Amino acid sequence: MATNILMPALSPTMEEGTLAKWLVKEGDTVASGDILAEIETDKATMEFEAVDDGVIGKLLVAEGTEGVKVNTAIAVLLEDGEDASDTKAAPEPQAKAAEPAATPVQETAPATATPRPAMEEVPAGTKMKTMTVREALREAMSEEMRANEDVYLMGEEVAEYQGAYKISQGMLDEFGPKRVIDTPITENGFTGIAVGSAFAGLRPIVEFMTFNFAMQAIDHIVNSAAKTLYMSGGQMGCPIVFRGANGAAARVGAQHSHDYATWYAQVPGLKVVMPYSAADAKGLLKSAIRDPNPVVFLENEILYGRSFEVPDLDDFTVPLGRARIWRQGSDVSIVSFGIGMQYALEAAEILAKDGIEAEVIDLRSIRPIDYETVLESVRKTNRCVTVEEGFPVCSIGNHLSATIMMQAFDYLDAPVINCTGKDVPMPYAANLEKLALVTTQEVVDAVKSVTYR
Amino acid sequence: MAAKKPAAKPNISKEELLDHYREMLLIRRFEEKAGQLYGMGVIGGFCHLYIGQEAVVVGLEATAKDGDQRITSYRDHGHMLASGMDPKGVMAELAGRKDGYSKGKGGSMHMFSAEKNFYGGHGIVGAQVPLGAGLGFANRYRGNDNVSFAYFGDGAANQGQVYETFNMASLWKLPVVFVIENNQYAMGTAMKRSTSTPDIYTRGQAFGIPGEAVDGMDVLAVKAAGEKAVAHARAGNGPYILEMKTYRYRGHSMSDPAKYRSREEVQKVRQEKDPIDHVRDLLVGGKHATEDELKTIDKEIKAVVNESAKFAQDSPEPDISELWTDIYAEVS
Ligand SMILES: Cc1ncc(C[n+]2csc(CCOP(=O)(O)OP(=O)(O)O)c2C)c(N)n1
Ligand SMILES: [Mg+2]
Repeated sequence: MATNILMPALSPTMEEGTLAKWLVKEGDTVASGDILAEIETDKATMEFEAVDDGVIGKLLVAEGTEGVKVNTAIAVLLEDGEDASDTKAAPEPQAKAAEPAATPVQETAPATATPRPAMEEVPAGTKMKTMTVREALREAMSEEMRANEDVYLMGEEVAEYQGAYKISQGMLDEFGPKRVIDTPITENGFTGIAVGSAFAGLRPIVEFMTFNFAMQAIDHIVNSAAKTLYMSGGQMGCPIVFRGANGAAARVGAQHSHDYATWYAQVPGLKVVMPYSAADAKGLLKSAIRDPNPVVFLENEILYGRSFEVPDLDDFTVPLGRARIWRQGSDVSIVSFGIGMQYALEAAEILAKDGIEAEVIDLRSIRPIDYETVLESVRKTNRCVTVEEGFPVCSIGNHLSATIMMQAFDYLDAPVINCTGKDVPMPYAANLEKLALVTTQEVVDAVKSVTYR
Repeated sequence: MAAKKPAAKPNISKEELLDHYREMLLIRRFEEKAGQLYGMGVIGGFCHLYIGQEAVVVGLEATAKDGDQRITSYRDHGHMLASGMDPKGVMAELAGRKDGYSKGKGGSMHMFSAEKNFYGGHGIVGAQVPLGAGLGFANRYRGNDNVSFAYFGDGAANQGQVYETFNMASLWKLPVVFVIENNQYAMGTAMKRSTSTPDIYTRGQAFGIPGEAVDGMDVLAVKAAGEKAVAHARAGNGPYILEMKTYRYRGHSMSDPAKYRSREEVQKVRQEKDPIDHVRDLLVGGKHATEDELKTIDKEIKAVVNESAKFAQDSPEPDISELWTDIYAEVS
C-alpha cells in the first residue's frame, strides 16, 4: 500500500521548514535508514531518513520550497511491486496523530506591530534593521569580543557545533579556539574556572546550554561570583556574564523547563537581566559584558527565533536596571519581563478593543529593578497586574506587589494581581503543559478584575 | 571499538540467542517507530533514540535477577523495554497520553516503573550516577543481595558528581554496577575533545574500583562481563565499572544536524558492527534458526510495535485535573 512521507518535525519548536534538497528521485528504492532529504529548520539543516522500505513513487514538494508545514505530505512511498499510478491511493495521515507538537505560544511578536513610544536609548531618526533575538545575541557578543581581547566565550557545544541553539554560530571561525571554548559537560568545574579567570581580570561569557544545567554550577554563581567583591572589601570583583536559555521551551518536561528568574533575583551581588525583544537582548548583553559585576542573563528558547526591529548603530547599548514602557495607557499597569511580555502585550491588544487602555512595562532587568517606572505608572493608573512564567510563590510579582503596597498604597484602587505559571512541575503532556503556563486570557481576566469590568 | 580484552564466548543456547535477538529487535523497531511518530508530531520535546546501543542493555539485563534496580539518563526507552516494561505504556508516555507510565506527565526522558525497579529516565547529565549508588546503598542498608545498575554516557563520565560517587561507593562497598555507555559522542562532542584520558574504565582505579572495557556491540561479551561485575557486587565486594564501547546511529536527539561525524563513519559501524546482525549471523550460521524463522520473529516484533503505536495514539490525553496531582504524597 502506498504511504505518504510527511514533513517531519525535527525539533521541539519546529512548525515548518524548508525542503532544502532531495537526495532521492522518483523510482529510487529506499531502505529504512536511507537519507531522503535535507531539511532546514531555523536552527539547523538536517538529514531526514526513511523509516520504511519501498520505492519513491512521487515527490510532492519540490526542493527549495520554503515554509513547508510539519505533517504535509512531501512524497509518496510505494511498496515493492506497486507503480506510481497507485499514488493517489496514498491514505491521509491519521488525523488525530497529525497534530504538530504544540508550541504553546504564537510565533509572531504581536508587539512589533503596535505603535509604541520610541526606545529612550535610541536617538530619533535612527535606522532600524529586523533581526532575530538569536542574531542580536550573537552580534552583541561578537561586537564586544572585537572591542575587548579579554572577553571570551565558554560553554558546552559553543564552538565546533556552533552552539546548541546556534547563538554562537560562526564565532569559532572569527575568534578562534582560544576565545570560543568548548567544555566537557562539567558545569560546576568550568563555571568555577571562568569565575577564577574573572577574579584575574578576564571577562568571561559562560553559556549554559540551558539554565536547568546551571543548577550544577549555582554554587559558584552565588557563593563565588556574587560575594567576592564584598568579602574582599572591594578589592576583587568578578566581571562575568552567565547566559543561556531559561524557562519553558516546548514539551521538554519537568527537568528542562524551569524558570530561575526569582532564584537569581534574590542574590545581592548579582545583576539579573531577562530581555524580551531582540533590541533589548542586544543592548543589554553588551552592557552586561561591560559591567564589572556578575550578570545572570536569562534568555528564552521560544524567543530565539522571533524577529524584532533593532537599531542599526555601531554601538547600541541598553542600561541595566531600566524598564521600558512598550505601550502607554491610563487604565491599568501591566508589568512583565522576558517571555511574559508576550502575554502582556497580547492582553493589552485585546483589552484595547474593550476600551481598556493598558500601560505595558517590560522590566528587562529584574535585579536591580526599576521600581520608579513601575510606581510612577501605578500612581497614574491606580491598578497593576504582573505577568511572569515562573512559579507563584516568592515570584517577582509578589515582590512588586509588596513594594507597590508599601510605597503607593494610597494610589491603589484594587489589589495587585500576579499572573504566573502554575504551582506544579512542568508536565510533558501537551494539554497539561498549556495549562501549566500563564495565558493571555488569564492576564485579560486579571485586568478586568482590577478594573472592575 | 574492539574491547581491550574480549570476554570468552560463553556456551550459549539457541534459546538465549533468540531471546537476545528478540529483545534487541524490539528496541530497534520501537525506536524507529518513535522517530517516525516524532516526525508526525505525536511525540514532542526531546526524544533520544537508542538505536545502535541495543546490545548493552539487553546483555546486562540478562544478568539481573528479580529485585535488582536500574536507572539511566534520558536515552532510556531501550532500558525500559529490556527491563520488561510494556511497550504500549512506554509509547503512550512518549505521546504524552493518559495510559503512559507516568500518565503522560513525564515524557520520553522521565519514565519510571516501581514494578520493574526502573528508577527513571533523568534529564540532568550525570545525576543518575549518585542516585544509582543510592539504590545500592538501600540494598546494603537492608542487607539484601540486590544490585543496582547505573547507566551513564561518556559525556556524563566527566561530571564531578560521578567521582564523588565513586569514592563513596567504594568506601561503603555499595553493590552498584556503573555502566558507562561510551557511544563516543556527547551531543556533538567527540570523546577525545572532552576527555583527557581515553580509557574511562580505568577511572575507578584511584578509588579502588575494578573496571573493564567491553565490546558493547556484542551482546554475548556484554553479558559475560556483566555476570562478572554483578557477581562481584552481589558478593559484597563493592562497585564495578563496565565501559561499554558502543555507538549511536541516530542524532543525539531529534534535532541534531550531525555535522560532527561523517555519514561514512556511521555506515561503517552499521555494516561491520551491528549488534542485531551479529546475533542474526550467529543464529543462522550456527544453524539455530532459518531465515524464515527470523522473518517470522521480525513480523511478530513489528506487530507488537505497531500495536504500541496504535495504543498510544488511541489513548486520550491526561485529564486536566492531573495537572494538580502527584505534587505531594498524602501524609498518612
Ligand atoms: C547537567 C547537564 N548539562 C548539559 C545537558 C545537556 N545535554 C543533554 S545530553 C548531553 C550529552 C550527554 O552525552 P553522554 O553522556 O555521552 O550521553 P549520550 O547522549 O551519548 O547517551 C548534554 C550536553 C544536560 N542535560 N545536563
Ligand atoms: Mg555519549
